[in-house]
Amino acid sequence: MKILVCISKTPDTTAKIAFSDNNTKFEEQGVQWIINPYDEWYALVRAIELKEADPSTILHLVNVGAADNDPIIRKALALGGDEAIRVNSTEGDSFNIAAQISAIATEGGYDLILTGKETIDYNGSSIGGMIAESLDLPYISHAIKLDLAGSDATVVREIEGGEETDTVTLPAVISCQKGMAEQRIPNMKGIMGARSKPLTVKEPTAAESYTTVASYDLPPAKQGVKLIPADTPEELVRILHEEAKVI
Amino acid sequence: MILVYIDTAEKQITKSSYEAATYGAELAEKMGTTAEAIVLGTVTDDLAALGNYGIKKVHTVADTKLDSFDAQAFTKVLAQVAAGFEVVVFTNNSTAKAVAPRLSVRLKAGLVAGAVALPDLSDGFVVKKSVFSGKAFANIKVTTEKKIISLNVNAFRTTKTEGTAEVVAFDATVEEGRVKVVKVDKVEGDISLTEADTVVSAGRGMKGPENWGMIEELAGLLGAATACSRPVSDMDWRPHHEHVGQTGLAIAPNLYIAVGISGAIQHLAGVNRSKTIVVINKDPEAPFFKAADYGIVGDAFEVLPKIIEAVKKIKAG
Ligand SMILES: Cc1cc2nc3c(=O)[nH]c(=O)nc-3n(C[C@H](O)[C@H](O)[C@H](O)COP(=O)(O)OP(=O)(O)OC[C@H]3O[C@@H](n4cnc5c(N)ncnc54)[C@H](O)[C@@H]3O)c2cc1C
Ligand SMILES: Nc1ncnc2c1ncn2[C@@H]1O[C@H](COP(=O)(O)O)[C@@H](O)[C@H]1O
Repeated sequence: MKILVCISKTPDTTAKIAFSDNNTKFEEQGVQWIINPYDEWYALVRAIELKEADPSTILHLVNVGAADNDPIIRKALALGGDEAIRVNSTEGDSFNIAAQISAIATEGGYDLILTGKETIDYNGSSIGGMIAESLDLPYISHAIKLDLAGSDATVVREIEGGEETDTVTLPAVISCQKGMAEQRIPNMKGIMGARSKPLTVKEPTAAESYTTVASYDLPPAKQGVKLIPADTPEELVRILHEEAKVI
Repeated sequence: MILVYIDTAEKQITKSSYEAATYGAELAEKMGTTAEAIVLGTVTDDLAALGNYGIKKVHTVADTKLDSFDAQAFTKVLAQVAAGFEVVVFTNNSTAKAVAPRLSVRLKAGLVAGAVALPDLSDGFVVKKSVFSGKAFANIKVTTEKKIISLNVNAFRTTKTEGTAEVVAFDATVEEGRVKVVKVDKVEGDISLTEADTVVSAGRGMKGPENWGMIEELAGLLGAATACSRPVSDMDWRPHHEHVGQTGLAIAPNLYIAVGISGAIQHLAGVNRSKTIVVINKDPEAPFFKAADYGIVGDAFEVLPKIIEAVKKIKAG
């Protein structure tokens, strides 16, 4: 079994979101970077569990980005995985990133490609599906459970107001979310070991981008809260009914 | 021409598909063209009624193979239908998140997933989308000839007018999906959390799962879905699919009522697109008040019963 986990770098969940250069660039000053939570807690940890269950499993990580992503990749390797590949590319939209990962996947011949449900900065939920289409593979999105029996996978995915259980024969691409696995904290042995794991840098393949970010906007600030005294909650209900007209 | 993908659940058109239809019709008007729709699999709803949302023609592929969802099989059919269209519009639900990216690659069409407004056509084709988990917007320029827009659920109103759409069968080649759906478990009687107009949500301030009766009663009266903060689902007080926030569902209802939730930034990330936010919390310093429109500083166990009584009175007329 050969697994590829797609790892992206995102601002910490508490990062202040601001823009510079006439609202065309994300202001990185003071931002802490983390592994995108869905990639780390769910895709990567589930892949590590599968490797623990079958130690012959080969587990690779891939990231598309610049050299300053390396600390994040090392952090992922500290959790687990045999080696990582970074495609040295910063320009490019979701399609382009998917094209880079697809090229790596073709070269490596993986049975299973795992992504997070979405990046918490771009919120595309797109790259997994794009990889699957590029490689002509089945795709199951929003998986909350993944079990393997040889090359047969049983996957539970979240759908509106419920869950769907699917079966598919590998190879396949699966995007992961909460439920897949429990968050892990890297231990000292993992952190030390990660330093000597291979991190191969590859140059990007030629690929187009279909979209560009023209600019960013921040949502208009809230007007400020209107407080209603705790002894007259019925006044809140009246306002919601008659003034805000939301109930 | 604009093609709107109409999604179904249990053979019926989902509520947010009407938002996509309205969006598609308004986009068509803006571009001086018409909007048509595509429905896959067996549907029991009256499809001609999509005309009420501005759709001129509905293409159907009523092949029972499409009653079982497989993103790849769906994409292959949609690509055949979409051949003559310039823009394809989806509602950004679980189907679209699996299909739209595939279709984007297949049609070489730039995708904007999570759109919140009609495109700005003054300088190319620029669509505003939600980014940074609701904390900002990005204006995305689509540079390909064909475009795909996946419209965030609850981001666009539906407008109902008079009209009847022509319904025509589309003769597509349909493949058997490689993903087999073994079963679908619906949460009984639930209003879909992502589509709900009103959501009543509660956090650790409720003290324990035995106290959710009040939350459910209020939600029932308002026709609302229930949601919760992450620790509440982590402790199994509530099911995981109710968890909203950065690592749970992102929702944008018309009204979000938060009870006993502190309003941590990761919680807000999933709910800050709600149009009206009401916060009930006993701590005046709770960060949620900064993101709220209305609030009560008070004990939920005293405030909620009175709110429930007042709502009952209104509902009784
Ligand atoms: C990477 C990351 C991702 C996360 N993702 C999410 C996410 O997706 N969703 C999410 O919700 N959280 C998420 N969290 C957790 C988040 O930081 C908060 O810890 C969590 O939202 C707190 O939940 P809470 O408000 O229910 O509990 P608390 O923070 O404990 O707040 C309880 C509130 O109830 C109030 N209260 C207590 N008793 C009463 C009473 N009788 N009446 C009225 N009010 C009362 C208190 O004043 C308090 O404000 C994430 C955290 C991290 C680090
Ligand atoms: N630059 C990247 N390098 C590697 N994987 C990525 C990158 N960006 C996104 N991904 C993967 O694709 C998933 C979906 O991303 P998105 O379509 O941007 O929401 C993420 O959860 C990651 O698993």
